[in-house]
Amino acid sequence: MIEVKNVSYRYDDRAALDGIDLTIDDGEFVAIIGANGSGKSTLAKNLNGLLLPTEGRVLVDGIDTRDDVWSVRARVGMVFQNPDNQIVGAVVEDDVAFGPENLGVEPLEIRRRVDEALSTVGMLEYRGAAPHKLSGGQKQRVAIAGVLAMRTKCIVFDEATAMLDPRGRSEVLSTIEDLHRRGLTIVMITHHMDEAARASRVIVMDGGRIVKLGSAREIFSDVRWLKKIGLEVPAAAELGARLRLKNILSADDLIARLKR
Amino acid sequence: MFQDITLGQYFPGQSIIHRLDPRTKIFAVFALLIMIFSAATSTEYFFLTALIFFFVLLSKIQMSAVVRSLRPLKWLIAFTFVIHLFSHEGAELFRLGVLTATVDGLRAGLLISLRLMLMIVASSLLTFTTAPLKLTDATEKLLTPLKAVGVPAHELAMMMTIALRFIPTLFEEADKIIKAQKIRGLDIERGNFVKRLKMMVPILVPLFLSAFRRADDLAMAMEARCYRGGEGRTHMKSLEITRLDRLAIAAIALIAGAFVMIRMLSV
Repeated sequence: MIEVKNVSYRYDDRAALDGIDLTIDDGEFVAIIGANGSGKSTLAKNLNGLLLPTEGRVLVDGIDTRDDVWSVRARVGMVFQNPDNQIVGAVVEDDVAFGPENLGVEPLEIRRRVDEALSTVGMLEYRGAAPHKLSGGQKQRVAIAGVLAMRTKCIVFDEATAMLDPRGRSEVLSTIEDLHRRGLTIVMITHHMDEAARASRVIVMDGGRIVKLGSAREIFSDVRWLKKIGLEVPAAAELGARLRLKNILSADDLIARLKR
Repeated sequence: MFQDITLGQYFPGQSIIHRLDPRTKIFAVFALLIMIFSAATSTEYFFLTALIFFFVLLSKIQMSAVVRSLRPLKWLIAFTFVIHLFSHEGAELFRLGVLTATVDGLRAGLLISLRLMLMIVASSLLTFTTAPLKLTDATEKLLTPLKAVGVPAHELAMMMTIALRFIPTLFEEADKIIKAQKIRGLDIERGNFVKRLKMMVPILVPLFLSAFRRADDLAMAMEARCYRGGEGRTHMKSLEITRLDRLAIAAIALIAGAFVMIRMLSV
């Protein structure tokens, strides 16, 4: 689905990405973690041509982001961090329609897609609401519906839960997991380890490079190393490490092991 | 304090007037304004008042809302009336120092005030019965022919939409900044005009900075959703001229035509 080939990206003279190679398959759920300034957000914006690599290539379904950025964006959608600053429409359903309208979809088909997308994220009853009256979690779900209505194959979440309260976070996370079950490719940028633990593959970035890549369990087994590169470790994993227990990801894992 | 601020006041409803296409309503308001401007005799004024009253009834907008729409201009209306009252020749009504009120003046004053009120009510009916977003769409449609001479119709409409979307957000933000600055000891309620104006700086600067940051984010989000201007764009809610609209346009055009004709012949 997405191939990142030896990509480097420079802001002025500072290298934000330095020789990234990565392949994301159809239907995968990938989490990208890293401390602030590790380049994870820059990588995300390279995936749909919001930024174009200084060196190397990004291919989406074989299309180079440099050649046809619009076809790429019709395949890879993006949900951003600030819920307020990505909603364009003054009414929920108008905002969801914004993407398909840009793609030139027929009015009746847009109507169908909007209703379908809103019901997928559980926001159909709010279709006539004004966005500023919604909670943070609800706004993010509207933003997700806006991408779904474009029928992209992949959605990149660029720290989409960072500004939400715990309730909003869990709303958005369960929506993301639901979308993954429906077959969408998910790329989730986050610095919450417990969120990354839901992904089938975790990519750890540091200093503009991919420093580790593997299943959540593999990544979280080395608690000391994760802390060294500036990442916060889930409390359960940390306690597990201190108790010299391996493969602890969640409180449930820990309880199960301690009971034994 | 800024919770329920709205632009123009729209009263949602299902009346015949609500169901008309916004373009039809804009046309009708123009026709009404032309008639109001050309009216001179009391009979004509009476006819127009009855006509607009009939439209208000059709719209099912509450009379109190219609009366409220006149309130911002009540001083202008009063001023116009007084000027006319004292500035005409003719039979004396009463004297106020050097000023003489005349019967003709009273008549002219009343008619001019009525003219102002009719104009306000007619145009208020448009914003009362049309959602702001529909007005935006109508503006875009009506301006589209002017694209040829360089009027950016789509861009203007998009700007209006984004403004409508962000006005409440920015008001909320202003509210937060005011509170934050008050906690830091800013006193915006005391002092003379200049002093209070200076106090606005610590509120406006953060507000503007944040607005620019939001604009930057929003531009990126719009691009990510394949926005590339009005070219090749479709609309989910397309405006449609229905039979009702054609009927309304024909009716209002006939009335306006007949009205202006009678006016011309009687001169």
